[in-house]
Amino acid sequence: MRARAWLPAAAVLLGLLCTWELSAQWHVLSDLLGIRDFLIPAPTDIAAALWEDRQLLADNAWVTFREVVLGFLCAVVIGVGFAIALHLSETLRRSVYPLLVGSQTVPLIVIAPILVVWFGFDIGPKLAIIALICFFPITVNTLDGLRSVDPDLLKMMRTLGADRRQMLGRAELPTALPFAFSGAKIAVAVAVIGAVFGEWAGSSAENGGLGQVILVASGQLLTARMFAAIFVLSVMAIALFSLIALAERRIVTWRPGAEPRRS
Amino acid sequence: MLTKSGAPKMGPLDLSGEAPGGPAAGASVRLDGAGHSYGVLETIERLDLDVAPGAVLGIVGPSGCGKSTLLELIAGLREPSRGTIAVGAETGSDGRLALCAFMPQRDLLLPWLSAIDNAALPLRLAGSTRSQSRERATAPLRHFGLSGFEQTRPQELSGGMRQRVAFLRTLLSGRPALLLDEPFASLDAITRAEMQSWLAGVLSEQPRTVILVTHDVEEALYLCDRVIVLSARPAIAMAEVEVPAPRAEDRAAAVTSPEFASMRAGLLGELGKGASR
Ligand SMILES: Nc1ncnc2c1ncn2[C@@H]1O[C@H](COP(=O)(O)OP(=O)(O)O)[C@@H](O)[C@H]1O
Ligand SMILES: [Mg+2]
Repeated sequence: MRARAWLPAAAVLLGLLCTWELSAQWHVLSDLLGIRDFLIPAPTDIAAALWEDRQLLADNAWVTFREVVLGFLCAVVIGVGFAIALHLSETLRRSVYPLLVGSQTVPLIVIAPILVVWFGFDIGPKLAIIALICFFPITVNTLDGLRSVDPDLLKMMRTLGADRRQMLGRAELPTALPFAFSGAKIAVAVAVIGAVFGEWAGSSAENGGLGQVILVASGQLLTARMFAAIFVLSVMAIALFSLIALAERRIVTWRPGAEPRRS
Repeated sequence: MLTKSGAPKMGPLDLSGEAPGGPAAGASVRLDGAGHSYGVLETIERLDLDVAPGAVLGIVGPSGCGKSTLLELIAGLREPSRGTIAVGAETGSDGRLALCAFMPQRDLLLPWLSAIDNAALPLRLAGSTRSQSRERATAPLRHFGLSGFEQTRPQELSGGMRQRVAFLRTLLSGRPALLLDEPFASLDAITRAEMQSWLAGVLSEQPRTVILVTHDVEEALYLCDRVIVLSARPAIAMAEVEVPAPRAEDRAAAVTSPEFASMRAGLLGELGKGASR
């Protein structure tokens, strides 16, 4: 059943790969763009690079993976924390929410080198960059979820003796959970991009992460290795996304909003 | 009649271990010249009411006349704009909140909790552990005909079952006054009739002060000692009917008797007058 569901996507992917392979072999694209052949590696070249550079790719993938996971966890804590604070305080919602939105308009390319100057070449600035771009979808979605709670439900909880903390823990946060997961799924996909930006802005040359591998390989015109690193990055993003989707299915076992409505 | 349809079989209902400070017998409810407005929208003009401990009062009235608002006022979720409301000796909203259990129009069960955890919610809120509160909810849940459904989530329960879980949740709060807002409005006619005789049985075992809002005149006359008809907004009490023998064991016989029919006709007449006031 599940294999069936993947079949169309796999077919499209296979088709693309074949087209790419053939056009690389027949120099279609390089002729068209007027560039040298080696700049457009065929999928088989990339596969060869994946195998030959496996040690390099694995070591650097581990570095990037750590950054992504730690940065993402920071973003979850910060994002949910902001959402709860904004939900509880009208004043904060008025004063801080616009600033949070503003924080997303700061161009990362500009801010990344500054963070490196501040925090140095190790993992610190990468975590800051990842957290900065990832907390936002989590905050926005979780806040929407917290605010979507049925006011009648809160009234009912109050008459049963719930205090503010119990209403948050037993009604509002569970209602917001599916929303928070949606935010987290968006966040984890951009976390990988954030890690690459962070590594470009400054990393130690040794094991600087996949972003560094891409940067160095492009300088040396090792295009097959570059694409191999990009491939590993995509696999990482897809794997993390699937992991969160799996956690969501395990945790959100009720149908959100399944209560029948009536007048 | 209940056992036939697979609904709960009545035996002694054990709600022992109620929330602290929860005497089950009932508290009086008094309104003195109480009125309420939402800003410029006047919902309740003036109401004087006196409900004795353990009495069941029915309130009927055209929709939008302020019945739900009235229950929220009594429950302490709102303060009246004019006059006073007392539940037992409490006149402040916090005091009233502690004495009333409010069952809203919709059952509002938490979809992420099982039936038993939904029913036991007030015990959890009062500080019991999960296992303590489940233990205390198990017997009443069985008594309400829900054994085997303890671990079922609300969306898998039938409408009647959901209402029973919501009602048990209200009872387990241990509050002496129950405020029920059209509790059976969403059910089909047969289930509603079943639930009405079921509630009659529960109330005879577990007397509480009950204020029952309904748009179903028959339901009010069957379940309540006294029924008050409210006019259209701004609401006043148009009429009051004393019911001689409420909550009869045989519901079908009771609601088809000639006395019942004439009471119903009278009440419907008053409703019609009140709607076009
Ligand atoms: N929170 C509110 N703010 C303003 N108006 C309200 C509010 N709740 C209800 N109303 C209005 O007050 C009137 C009475 O409402 P309600 O008490 O729900 O009536 P009923 O339960 O009798 O149908 C209605 O006209 C409704 O639109
Ligand atoms: Mg209403």
